[in-house]
Formats: sequence, C-alpha cells, structure tokens
Amino acid sequence: MVDVQPGASGVTMTPPPRRQKLPGSLVFTIGVLGVVFVLAMTSYLTGEPALTSSSTMKNTVSLGLPILLCGLGGIWAERSGMINIGLEGMMILGTWGAAFGGYHWGPWMAVVSGMVFGALGGALHAVATVTFGVNHIVSGVAINLLGAGVTKYLTTLIFQPLSDNPRESPPIQQFDTFSVSGLGDWLAGLEKDQRVIISDVAGLVRGLVTGVSPLLIIGILLVVATYVVLWRTRFGLRLRSCGENPVAAESLGVNVYLYKYLAVIASGALAGIAGAALVLGSGVPIYQEGQTANRGFIGLAAMIFGNWRPGGTLAGSALFGYADGLRLSATPEAVHALLYSAVIVVGLLVIWQLYRRKWTTAMLAAVGAVAVYALYYFTDELPQEFLPYAPHIITLVVLALAAQRLRPPAADGVPYRRGEGD
Amino acid sequence: MTSRLRSSLLAPVLAVVFAAVLCAIVLILSGANPGEALGAMIGQVGEGQIAVDIVNSTAIYMLAALAAAIGFHMNLLNIGIEGQYRVGALVAAIVGGALVLPPVLHWLVILLVAAAAGAAWATLPAILKVTRGVHEVLSTIMMNAIAFGLAAFLIRRDQFGILVGNNVTTKPIPSSGQVPGIDLGDRGTVFGLVFLSVVAAAVYGVVLNRTRFGFELKASGLSPTAAAAGGVNAKKMIVVSLLVSGAVAGLVGMPEILGRDHAYTLNFASGYGFAGIGIALLGRNHPVGIAFGSLLWAFLEKSKGALDNVGVPKEIATIMQGAIVLSVVVAYEIVKRMELAAEQRRVGQATGTAVEPEAAK
Repeated sequence: MVDVQPGASGVTMTPPPRRQKLPGSLVFTIGVLGVVFVLAMTSYLTGEPALTSSSTMKNTVSLGLPILLCGLGGIWAERSGMINIGLEGMMILGTWGAAFGGYHWGPWMAVVSGMVFGALGGALHAVATVTFGVNHIVSGVAINLLGAGVTKYLTTLIFQPLSDNPRESPPIQQFDTFSVSGLGDWLAGLEKDQRVIISDVAGLVRGLVTGVSPLLIIGILLVVATYVVLWRTRFGLRLRSCGENPVAAESLGVNVYLYKYLAVIASGALAGIAGAALVLGSGVPIYQEGQTANRGFIGLAAMIFGNWRPGGTLAGSALFGYADGLRLSATPEAVHALLYSAVIVVGLLVIWQLYRRKWTTAMLAAVGAVAVYALYYFTDELPQEFLPYAPHIITLVVLALAAQRLRPPAADGVPYRRGEGD
Repeated sequence: MTSRLRSSLLAPVLAVVFAAVLCAIVLILSGANPGEALGAMIGQVGEGQIAVDIVNSTAIYMLAALAAAIGFHMNLLNIGIEGQYRVGALVAAIVGGALVLPPVLHWLVILLVAAAAGAAWATLPAILKVTRGVHEVLSTIMMNAIAFGLAAFLIRRDQFGILVGNNVTTKPIPSSGQVPGIDLGDRGTVFGLVFLSVVAAAVYGVVLNRTRFGFELKASGLSPTAAAAGGVNAKKMIVVSLLVSGAVAGLVGMPEILGRDHAYTLNFASGYGFAGIGIALLGRNHPVGIAFGSLLWAFLEKSKGALDNVGVPKEIATIMQGAIVLSVVVAYEIVKRMELAAEQRRVGQATGTAVEPEAAK
C-alpha cells in the first residue's frame, strides 16, 4: 500500500489522510449483518426459504464448529511461527480419543480425552519441528499419515470387539442439548410466516438458540479466550513475538522453545476438541474411519480466510460450515439460488467501487456480475459435487485476490535454533 | 567417497531401524510377537501374486516420489501430487476411451494427455506463487480437494460415466490403447509401464546431474540468491519445476489404468501422492534411493494382509510408514548437525583456533 506519494515537484508535502481503520468488532458486525441481508434478499427474490431456514442454520453450527476449533488451533500454532499442516492428523486422533473417552466415561470425558489425544499429536509435532528443526510441513504430512495409521490400528484392536466393525466405535453418550424454549417457539412462529427479512432472521437465530450443545458454548468461549490470551496478555505477546521475530524475542529473554512447544501442544489440543465436536455432533455419535474428511485443512483455510485472527476465523468457519450445511438440508435449486447471492454481492461491490471512483474495477465487477447472472439465468442447478469444495475454491480466490492484504506472522514456518540468530 | 556414501545411507537406515523398533514396541504392548509378524509379512511375498503386486506398486510409488523430488530440489513442497495424478488419470482415461488410434501411438497419446493434465492442474498454484506470492502448499491443498470434486462431477453418468456392474467408470480404453504387461501366469501380470518408472528415474538422474536445467534447479534450491546472481530466472524455475512435477504426477495413475483397469473407476486408488512425498524424503531425492524407498513402501503395503493371519491388525504397516517418514527427517537433521559439528572441529584443528580440551592438557 502506498500511503505517501512523494510529490514530483516537491510542492505537495501533506500526505493524504490515512484512512481510519475500523475496529475489528465493528467490521465483524457489519459483515454478519451484510451476509444475513444478502441471504434474506436471495431467499425472498428466488423463493428458496431453505437458504435461511433454522435447519440450515443448525447444520451450519454443527458442521462449522469443528472447522472453527481447528482454525483456532491453527492460529495458536502459526502465531508462534509454527506451520501446522498436521491439524488433520491431530483431529483424527481427537475423534478416536473422544470416542474412547466417551464410551467409557460420558460426553464430558469425551471432550477431555479428545483434547489429550490431539495434544499428544501436537507434542509429537513440537518435538520434531522445535527440537529437531524438521521442516514444519514435512512433519505435518507425517503426522497426518501417522494419525490415520494409529487410529486405524487402535480401532481394530479396541473398538472392533465392541462394535463388530473394524472401522467404527460403538455409539457413545450424547450431550444433553438445551433450548431457549420461549424464544424458540416465538421465532418458529415468525419463521413460518415467511415475511421478508424478519422470517429469515428468525430462522437463522432459531437455528442458533435451539438444541444448543455445551460444545458450542465452549467453542465460542474459546474464540474469546484465544483473542484475550494471545492479544491481551503478556504471555500472548511473547508467544506472538516468537512468530514475528524469534531472535528478537530470544534477545529479550523469552524462552522461544518453551513458547513454541506450548503453542503447538495447545494447537493439537484444540484440533483434538474439534475431533470431539465432530464425533459428538454427528447424528449417531460414533468414531468412524475417514470421518474428518480433510476438515483439518478446511480449518486451516478458515484461519487464512480470517487473516490469522480469531474473529475472522469465526467468520470463515461460519461460511464454510454454511456451504457444508446447505448441502445436507437444501435442494439443488437452493444451492443454485446462491448464484443469485453472488450477483447481489458483486452488485454491491460495483456500487462501492463507483463510490470510490475506481472506474476500471467497477467495470470489471459489473461484467462479472452480468456473467454470474447469466450463469444463474441459463442453468437450473449447480453440480452438487462441487458444493463440498466451495471452501477450497473460496480460499483460492481469497488467496489470489487478497494475498497482499493477508498478514501471516512474519517468521511463520521459518526454522529457528537458539543462539543462531544474526 | 565411501564416507559420503556412509553418511548418506546412515540417516535412512537409522530411521527405518528406529521405526521398526517403535513398531515392535507397539506390537509387544498390544500382545503380539513382532518377529512372528515380520516373518508372516516376508513369507507373504512368496504367496500368490504378492511379489508381482509389489513390483507394480513400486513402479507407481517411484513416479509419485520422483514428482515430489523434483519440487524438493527447488524447496517447493508439491503437496498437490494427490490431485494432479487424479486429474491426470481421469482426463487421460476419458480421452483414451474416446480416441481411435493405432496401438502404440494410442497409449503414447494417452500418456502425453495424462502428463499434460497433471501439469495443467499444477499451473494455477505455480501462477499464484509467482504472481501473487501464494504459498504452494496452501494452493495445492485446495487444488487437491477440488480435484476430488472434479472427479466426482466428471464421472457422473450424465457426464462421462457409464455403469459397469456396480461400479461407475469412464468409457473403457480400447485394446489399442492398453499397454501389454508381462504375463507370469499364476503369479500375475507385471505392468508394462513398470519400465516407464525406470526410464523416468534414469531421465531424472541424468537431467539433474548432467544438464544445465538440473544444475539451475539444484542451485535455486540450495541458494536462491546465489542462483539469481548466477543469472537463473527464479520465477521461471518455479513455474517450470512445478509444471514438470505436475506432469510426472499426472503419470502416476497410468500403470494401473493402462495395464489393468483400462478405465477410471470410482474406486481409483488414493494416497499415492502423500506416499510419494514420504518416499522422496526417505530416498533423499536420489533416483536409486527413491527406488529402494518405493520397494520398502510397496512391501509394507502389499504384504500387510498376512498380518491378519497371525492376529495382528494390519494397520501396523501404516503406522510403520508414518513412523519412517517422521524418523527419517529427524535422522537427517541429527546427522546434519553431527556432520556440521565434526566439520567445525576439523577446521578448528586445522587452523589451530579450536579450544580442544585434549590440546589444553
């Protein structure tokens, strides 16, 4: 970004006023309201109530939660400068641990045991990368292989006698969910009326307040906790300093190895809880082989989407959870209606660019809007096969368009050895 | 020379031994006899078609590992081999089933199409890397997933899929496009494209050590700044090496498709890409090392079925593979540090600046 343009003649000395940066919470609120508005308009104009129904929202929540927890795990590791591709493997360990703990001691122990298993994976990653200086990505790939192998082995050994199936665990006890009952009924009434926007908002909120699992509360609290610990405490400042400039941190007396260890183990623990959320969030809570279905990578994508910040990661996981949830609860036509949402979004972009007098960008965006609208108009449904991969496509687009605006930790993935700084 | 050979062999051997010990401990903890398990696996090689299966798998793993190794030389981690070989196989099977060509030409065209499709799937990450600075690991992970979506879409029955029995496949490739194998009767059939892997490994070795491209590739990986000072165009090298890696990856599915399945089916094998990364690490990007690494991998994969007979869950082989990858990279790091320390000691002694305790006495 060029803030100060040196005047060629040397006459203009006053730099253009810096644009005031909006606080993150405000951006987040505006974003949420904007998304709700776009979805509501789409649902109204295309007559697809499924887009904003409470069941879609419920699916979004239960599918987005594991992604969110994984994304938070990614934040912890990467803020300390450790790339964690192994989230997937740690999550697999977490699903197995959750099923084991849950089968023996109930749902709360499922969460704890999932967390412990994930943390073990994190500890292994930390030993390889921090102590032995192995390339972070290579170690992560190995942990993904190992996580899958260990759980398969343990499942055959321990779960098969109980479930008669070498690929899954016996069902475990589910959390008791609770609903805000008065509010829920009132919202159900509103949702049924099918009034513009009001019914849509009612549907979305109803999905959020009925059948709430304690894990959802834990997930939201962990977002807040991650923010507070990493950005508002001395511990967090030191941890992040290890990710920005470990040599400088070392020169100030920070034990970089210790912080990196703690961060990666915390990252594994969060991925483990994500695994537990996946097990407890399924209709029948069991461990299944291949259950994670690369959600660890989607968590990583949510973290990138969220620019390595907790609020953004929450938004990213909600988006990706929505894409996943819609596939379960909606018809192909509803999915097709999302193209209409895209038209609205690009249309808003055109207006914004016109306001900023960026004529070429506005032109390009307008052409894009027309193209998407044509696609909407001339097709009846989108290939369902691509919907699960919407997060990946969105991530590629975000990376391609906003790579310069994203700001990963400066020393992310850079090998560090004590006393070898220059 | 012998000391160099020893030091390069030390790490992989240490790693395999360490992984084996680890697995033995796991087996003992779960109440099995490691010796018996190993015996069963080795005995399995003589059974039925296992030996031929191992040779065939070795060829496939070699291609995947070569693809990974090309990227590794440039410090590029092509995690996308998984998606590239899937797209390569699918597109090649569709094109191969549609074309009518004379025998040898037909499968040569199919191979070219597979390589081109694999390279095409690597193009977007390469462009994003050089124009937008997007890390290739992130973009290729995404491309892997999208490849699965593309495959699921293209094999739909209203696209290119046809129903054969209970399985959806692409249109079968006619016999002119099939590569004949070496029929060993009861022992099975060795894929004809086993020789493709051998040729690929040989070409890889020659290009790397005897051509300007290979020199620039290695130089860029060892020191990008020095290579740039020497006139190497870093961006061009990134694009070319990722595309070549993708092209080789595109061939990974070919031995199975042209030698056995003759179509892309719903249960097309997955996981070769990540195995290839592990094997390239194990073989230290050297063609001979990769060949032995692939053989070990194929042995673990194909003879693990015998473990069920001795009451050991066969997934121990997967643990072994994961443990090998992790311990081999750790072992390299340890050996590298030891060599560095030895080097420093040697230089210190030669120049007389080292403070050696023995010298002080």
